[in-house]
Amino acid sequence: MSWEIVIGLETHAQLSTASKMFSGGSTAFGAPPNTQANAVDIALPGVLPVANKAAVERAILFGLAVNGGDPKNINRRSIFARKNYFYPDLPKGYQISQFELPIVQGGEIPIVSPTRGKIKIRLTRAHLEEDAGKSLHEDFQGMSGIDLNRAGIPLLEIVSEPELRSAQEAIIYAQELHRLLVDYNVCSGNMEKGEFRCDANVSVRRAGEPLGTRCEIKNLNSFRFMEQAIKFEAKRQIEILEDGGKIVQETRLYDVDKDETRSMRTKEEAHDYRYFPDPDLLPLVISEALIEEVWASRPKSYDERYAAIAKYRIPESQVKQLAASAASSTFALEAFRDLPLPEVPTVSNWILGPLSAKLNEENLDIKDSKVKPDQLRALSRRVSDGTVSNSSAMAEILPAMWNGEGGPDEVIEKRGLKQISDSGAIEKIVDQVLAVNARQVEDYRAGKDKAFNSLVGQVMKATKGKANPAQVNEILKRKLGR
Amino acid sequence: MLNASLKELAAGLAQRKFSSVELTKLFLGRIKALNGKLNAFITVDEERSVGQARAADALIAKRQAQALTGIPVAHKDIFVARDWLTTCGSKILSNFVSPYDAHLIERFNTAGAVLLGKTNMDEFAMGSSSESSFYGPVRNPWNRDCVPGGSSGGSAAAIAARMAPAATGTDTGGSIRQPAALSGVCGLKPTYGLVSRYGMVAFASSLDQAGPFAKSAEDLALLLDVIAGFDPRDSTSIERAKEDYIRELDKPLSGLRVGVPKEHFGEGLAPDVGAAVEAALAQLEKLGAKRVPIELPNSSLSVPAYYVIAPAEASSNLSRFDGARYGYRAKDYTDLADMYRKTRAEGFGKEVRRRILIGTYVLSHGYYDAYYLKAQKIRRLIANDFTEAFKRCDVVIGPTSPTVAFKIGAKTADPVQMYLNDIYTIPANLAGLPAASIPCGFGAGGLPVGLHLVGNYFAEARLLNVAHQYQKATDWHRREPAGLQ
Repeated sequence: MSWEIVIGLETHAQLSTASKMFSGGSTAFGAPPNTQANAVDIALPGVLPVANKAAVERAILFGLAVNGGDPKNINRRSIFARKNYFYPDLPKGYQISQFELPIVQGGEIPIVSPTRGKIKIRLTRAHLEEDAGKSLHEDFQGMSGIDLNRAGIPLLEIVSEPELRSAQEAIIYAQELHRLLVDYNVCSGNMEKGEFRCDANVSVRRAGEPLGTRCEIKNLNSFRFMEQAIKFEAKRQIEILEDGGKIVQETRLYDVDKDETRSMRTKEEAHDYRYFPDPDLLPLVISEALIEEVWASRPKSYDERYAAIAKYRIPESQVKQLAASAASSTFALEAFRDLPLPEVPTVSNWILGPLSAKLNEENLDIKDSKVKPDQLRALSRRVSDGTVSNSSAMAEILPAMWNGEGGPDEVIEKRGLKQISDSGAIEKIVDQVLAVNARQVEDYRAGKDKAFNSLVGQVMKATKGKANPAQVNEILKRKLGR
Repeated sequence: MLNASLKELAAGLAQRKFSSVELTKLFLGRIKALNGKLNAFITVDEERSVGQARAADALIAKRQAQALTGIPVAHKDIFVARDWLTTCGSKILSNFVSPYDAHLIERFNTAGAVLLGKTNMDEFAMGSSSESSFYGPVRNPWNRDCVPGGSSGGSAAAIAARMAPAATGTDTGGSIRQPAALSGVCGLKPTYGLVSRYGMVAFASSLDQAGPFAKSAEDLALLLDVIAGFDPRDSTSIERAKEDYIRELDKPLSGLRVGVPKEHFGEGLAPDVGAAVEAALAQLEKLGAKRVPIELPNSSLSVPAYYVIAPAEASSNLSRFDGARYGYRAKDYTDLADMYRKTRAEGFGKEVRRRILIGTYVLSHGYYDAYYLKAQKIRRLIANDFTEAFKRCDVVIGPTSPTVAFKIGAKTADPVQMYLNDIYTIPANLAGLPAASIPCGFGAGGLPVGLHLVGNYFAEARLLNVAHQYQKATDWHRREPAGLQ
C-alpha cells in the first residue's frame, strides 16, 4: 500500500501597511538596524500598544476574499492575546497575537491539483500578530546583535487545514494564496524581503489510516525550498516508518545548503507560551459598516482588472502586462481615464516603454512613478493636437518630466520643442531639401520608396525634429507628385 | 505656605506674592531637611526643578498661567519623565533615564507645573508598606517607626510631611488610598480608563490607574482636572466629555444616600479604625446624608481573585526587564539563559520575584482555567455587587484599611497578612470604580485613620463633593505630624 503525504501550511503574510501592528513605527524595509524601531517597538517601560486600523482592514479583506465576499467567517469580536517567551529579538518578552478568538475563521483557496484537478483547500483560521526582531550573529566578535526594525511588523498568520497531499499541491496552494494576497493588496508579497513565508506541517500515512504524527518545518521563504523541504521531510518520515520506527513530533529547520531538515526542538522541549488576553488592548470589535466599507473599496481582482483595461482596445499582450499588478492597473486606468480612445495605445506604449524602463532603472514601484498619470494624459493631448510629435514626446519630453523639469507644457516651452505646423515654413524647407537632394528625388520618382523616407528624414533634420511629420509627408508627396 | 491649598498657592503666584522659584526652593529645602528621616524621594534634581520654576514664572509674568502653573508636584517614580531617572523602586531600572514623558507628566508640563522630584515606592508598586523599594523603606511622618502604607508611600509621606503641596501615585489594589489613609492625607483612584496609563510602568494593566495625592479634596479636584482625559496612545483610555470637578464641590449633601457595606465592618477591622469611621458616618448624616445598609456579598473573594489576576499580568508585563536593551544587567553570565536568570534574580527583589512566580504558575498550561479564568469570573461578580449596590446608594463608604499604620518589618515575613491590608480597597480596582481616601480621625498611637469612599463609574465629581463637604465640617485633613523638624 502506498504512502499518502498530508500537509497543512501556516503562512505569515506581512500586511502592506505603512506603520506597524501596534505602533506608529515605520515598516520600511532595508533601513540601518534599529532605525525603524520606536519607543513602543523596543518596549521601553510604560509604552502601550494601539492596534493599527489599516492592518485590521486588510485582515478583514482577506477574510472576505477567501469566502467570496461573505462576511460570516469574520469574527465580529476577536481577542489579542500575549504569547509569552524570552528571546532577545522579542523586546516585550511576549508577542501580541490572537489565540482563542482570531479575526478570521474559515474560508477556502481554490487550486488546480496536478492529480486531483480543481479542489478547494479550506482555511482553519487567519489571525493578526506582530513580528519579532532579528538576531544578528555575525560581525559582533562573539556577541549577538539585535535589529528591532522588524519588531512589530504586522502579520496575518493564515493556517490551512491539512488537506494538501503532495509537495506540488502545497506549492500551488502557496502560489494561489500569494496571488490572492497581492491581488487584494493585503500583502506586497516580496518573498526576498520576508513578506510571505510558510511553515509546513508534514505527516505521512497509509491511505485510509488516521493522520500520522506531524513535524513542522519552519521558515520556508521560497516556493522552491518549500517543495524541496517537504519532499525531503516526507521521504525521511516514510523511511523511518518503513524501518519500523516512530515519528517524533517536533519542529524542524530546512537547511538549504544540505537540502535536509533537522530537528530544532521536540514537543517536550516546546515552550508553554502562557497565552492570556492582552489587558492593554480591548477586544477587537468589527462593525458591519466597516466590513461593508472594506469590501466595497477592495482593489479589483486580476480578472476584474483585465476586463477594465481590455475595454480600451489595446493589444492583449499589453492588457496582460498592465493588469498584472494592482498598482500598474490602477496607474494605467488613471492615465486612460477621459482620454479619447485613439490616444490610449500611445499612452499604453509610454507606460510599458520609456516609463517602465525608468522605473526599472531606479527600482521604483509604479505607484511611486515620478511621472503621474495626469501628466501622461496632458502630454498625450499635446501629441494629438500637433504641438509635439510622438517621437519627441518619448525621446525627450518624458525623460525631462521624469527628471523633474515640470509638466509637459513647461518642458515643451523651456526646451523649445513646439513643432512647426506652419505649412508655409515647412514648404520652404521642403523646397530647400528637394533642391539639394536631386538624386533622391529621381530615385523616388523611379519607384524607390526608401528615397521618400530619406527625404522626410532630411526635412526633419533641417527642422531639428520640430516639423509636424504628417504635414511633411503631405507636402513632400504633393511636391513630388508621384 | 507649607500648609497652603493649591488654590491659595496659585493665587499667591498670580498676585506675585512669591515666585515659583521661591516656592519650589521652599519645598526643595523641606525635602533636603526631611528626606534623610523619611526617605520619601528617590530622585531630586534642584537645578532642573528650579529651571522649570523659572519658566513658570515667565508664563505668570506674561499672564499666561493656568491653574497649576508654577506649583511644584512630586511624582511617583513609576511615571517616566524625560531625562529623569525612573527606577520604579527597583534595582533593575536603577540606571534607567527615560527618553520620553508619560502622558501624566506631559499634562503637568503643559499646565506649567514644576516637577519637584520622584517619590519612593514599593518595587514595581508591589506592596502595601513601601518597604520593598531597592532604595530602602519610606517612613511614616506620624511615627517614623511605622510604614506610610504603599505602594505609593513616598508620595503620601511627602504630602503628610509638607515636602510637596501635591503628588501623584498609582493604585492597582489600593496603592494610592491605603498610603493616603496610613499617612493621613487625601488620595484618589479615578475610574479605570479616566487617566492614560501611557508612560506609567505597568504592574497589572487591567487594574493600574494613576491618581493624585493632596491635603484636601478640593486640591484633588484641581489635580484630577489636569490629568483626566482621553489619550489615543492608551487603548483602554476612555473618550468622553470633560467634567468640571471643581464646580460640583459645593453641592450640599442633603439627600445623599451613603451605602455602608456590612462586609467592611466585620472581623479583622481594628476597633479604633471602626470608631473613627462610625464618627465620620455620623458626621455625614449631620450634613444631610442618609445611611443605607448594603451588601457586597463577594467581597471576601476579592483578595484571592486579585492575587491571581495581578501577578498573572505582572509576570508578563515584567518580562521586558531582561537586561538586553536597558536597565541592569548581571555582570557575569555564561550564555543567554544565564544572562536572563542572573539579571532577573539580581535585579528584582523578593516580593517581585514571588509575584512573577505566582503569575507564571497561574497562567501555565493546565492551570489557566482553574486560576485565571475563575478569577476573572469572580471579578465580574464583584463588579455586579457594586452595580446592585449603586441602585440603592450614591456612594459606598467604609474604612480604607483595617488598621492604622503598622511597624516597619511587622508584616514583611508574612505576605498574606500584608495582602490583607488591601481587603477594602481591592474591590474598587477589580470593578474599575473610582474611590478615594480622606483622613477621618486618629486611632491607636495617634496614627491617622482613612475614610474610604467608592463611587459609581465616572462619579469622581460626586466623590470629591462628598469629601469636600465633609472637610468643610471637620479639620482632620488639616492636622499635620508633629516633631518632624
